[in-house]
Amino acid sequence: METTSFIWPFTIGLLFITSFLVVIISIWITSLSRIDKSRIVHSIFTRKSLMAIGEVFMESLLHRKIFRKNRMLGYMHMSLAFGWFLLIIVGHIEAWNYYHSFSVPAYKAIFFPYFVPASASTNSGKVLAASMDIILLFILSGVLLAYYKRLNSKLFGMKKTTKLKAGDRIALSSLWLIFPLRFLAESVSAGIHHNGSFLSQPCGQIFASLIPLQSIEAPVWWAYSCSLGLFFMALPVSRYMHIPVEVVLIFLRNYGIRVKKRIGGFSRIQVYSCSRCGICLDSCQMTHAAIKDTQSVYVLKHIRNRNLTDEKLFNCLLCGRCQPDCPVGLELNNLRITQRIESTKEYNSSYEYLKNGKVAISPQTEVIYFAGCMTHLTPSIIKSMKEIFKVANVKYWFMDEDKTACCGRPLMQVGQYGAAGKLIDHNLERILASGAKKLVVSCPICYKVFNEDYSMSGIRVQHHSEYLLELMAENRLPVNKMPLKVIYHDPCELGRGSGIYHQPRLLLDEYVELISVKNEKESAFCCGGSLANIKIHMNERNQIRDKAMDEYLSYQPEMLATACPLCKKTFAKSNNLPVHDIAEIVYMAIHKNKIMNPEEQKFMEKSKIGL
Amino acid sequence: MKDFGYTVIKQRTIDYDQFDGRLLSDVLRMEPSFKTCLSCGGCTATCSANDLVSFNIRRINLSLRRGETYELESEIQKCMLCGKCMLVCPRGINIRNVIMLIKKSILKYKSVQL
Repeated sequence: METTSFIWPFTIGLLFITSFLVVIISIWITSLSRIDKSRIVHSIFTRKSLMAIGEVFMESLLHRKIFRKNRMLGYMHMSLAFGWFLLIIVGHIEAWNYYHSFSVPAYKAIFFPYFVPASASTNSGKVLAASMDIILLFILSGVLLAYYKRLNSKLFGMKKTTKLKAGDRIALSSLWLIFPLRFLAESVSAGIHHNGSFLSQPCGQIFASLIPLQSIEAPVWWAYSCSLGLFFMALPVSRYMHIPVEVVLIFLRNYGIRVKKRIGGFSRIQVYSCSRCGICLDSCQMTHAAIKDTQSVYVLKHIRNRNLTDEKLFNCLLCGRCQPDCPVGLELNNLRITQRIESTKEYNSSYEYLKNGKVAISPQTEVIYFAGCMTHLTPSIIKSMKEIFKVANVKYWFMDEDKTACCGRPLMQVGQYGAAGKLIDHNLERILASGAKKLVVSCPICYKVFNEDYSMSGIRVQHHSEYLLELMAENRLPVNKMPLKVIYHDPCELGRGSGIYHQPRLLLDEYVELISVKNEKESAFCCGGSLANIKIHMNERNQIRDKAMDEYLSYQPEMLATACPLCKKTFAKSNNLPVHDIAEIVYMAIHKNKIMNPEEQKFMEKSKIGL
Repeated sequence: MKDFGYTVIKQRTIDYDQFDGRLLSDVLRMEPSFKTCLSCGGCTATCSANDLVSFNIRRINLSLRRGETYELESEIQKCMLCGKCMLVCPRGINIRNVIMLIKKSILKYKSVQL
């Protein structure tokens, strides 16, 4: 078989990247837990693999999620990924068709126009040659868009892009060169051997009329091969590792593997799957406070480069706004929490004092009410809940009326899972001793941890928005629609954190006129008060809050409703717009025709109820 | 030794030649807002941990400035990090970060000494 020396940069690069990927992916897979490994074994020959193949096609090749974000951005990614994939596949078919064999070495297919210096004689050959030109044109349009995106990323719906490092620049430059060089090399060969199609043939003729092509044929093929080889060699140190690793991620995710509470093979796979596209930068509210280096994309980069500092790791609200936007579907919050666990695992507290029995003994009850630490700073919510329980005639035990341990969620948010476990055990013992069937919680932070981390079978955990809706459905609450234009602010831990978007809205619909805003539900703003961030300064929190408030004010609401004491407390300091918890709104409806004490009167007037 | 019911009063003098200010300077460097503490006591008044056990953030501040690392180590364990203190603080001090920094720094200097 005829060979030529220019194939070597490509071949060496391909061998290097293939062996590198085999080794590193095997290391990651072997470091998975035993349960995860058995998940793979049991799922590999099931429908899950087919679903994974489908997802790889839709996401890795067609980039459906990026299309949803912006069509131009989606087209650019699709033309490069899907186009390159087609170029490889059709190139191989062309080679198999010509040599009438499937055992054609890769370089013969990749450099086909060089090795076959004659125009296609068969019809199938002609069709394949024309397809190759169409595909190349398709990719080149994407490359042109990629050049243009560097100049003007706004056209692609992106306000900000990530900063690149040396490895990324090498890989990016070689990627940008691959396809123009391929086009040049094909055209030059077509100019000499007349083996091109509708694109390469006329371009080859033009080149031939300008310069003698014989002398530059080998150099342009050399350049093409070198750009491919360089791209493969730079892949492990660049963000383009996401191309092969994302495929592995999609398969493992379909097999039911998720990020655990410790750093392992799967969290490494997630980190390497980040394409550093920077779509998460646009949704991050930290930029409203001019904090620009702690976003998920940078944290994942630092994890990969092993130079993550606490200052960056803990400077995040864990609001989760970036997560629905991630085109790779990475578990960004969980990855950060895993790192936080690792960073703080050596100093978890043991809370020995909880064993001293200073807390009250649990009475027997059906319903427990747990207000939460934050709710104790907004006494009007507690007052409203007490009144609602009275009106609905519910017998309940107010568990944290005084002297109760924290739920443990604030500790978990900063990675102190060991310490949180002690609080959980303590509270769990008290809850179980009461024999309750229902736990009503006023704080979404507590709600999330009670729901997910307390093993209480037989006890239903409800946020008070769900509970109030239930009471209303049972006609145990007076309904009294007030002529107020209200925006509902989704708390992060309740909305994105626990998926409760509709219950508070259904409830509010009965009491006020709810208006919808652009950034709500999944893309709702964080109030800026999140306990997950221990590094942010108060003035930075205020900047984040004010920016969110500005958007709400543009709809000219008469009241801001929320379902979280921390959100309420944060927004209440912002300006004169009244901010109320949904429990307070129900309380107002109950008391509409009742005479109140002066303090309550003031509270109502501030809320523009006008009694 | 036989217990006669007498106690020896603990030495409370702070010898500034022996003063170990590394912890203090670390915490104040990383969280400068702690310098602005008024010792108003709002944090202690609202503290969830203080409901259950004697725990006082002002006392933490004092121990930190006195270099009483040993007392600080057991005292700092009591915080449940619920964040109420941060919301009531008139100076907007990031108290939770102070707690985490003290925990981390104590561990850091302990491992250096060993």
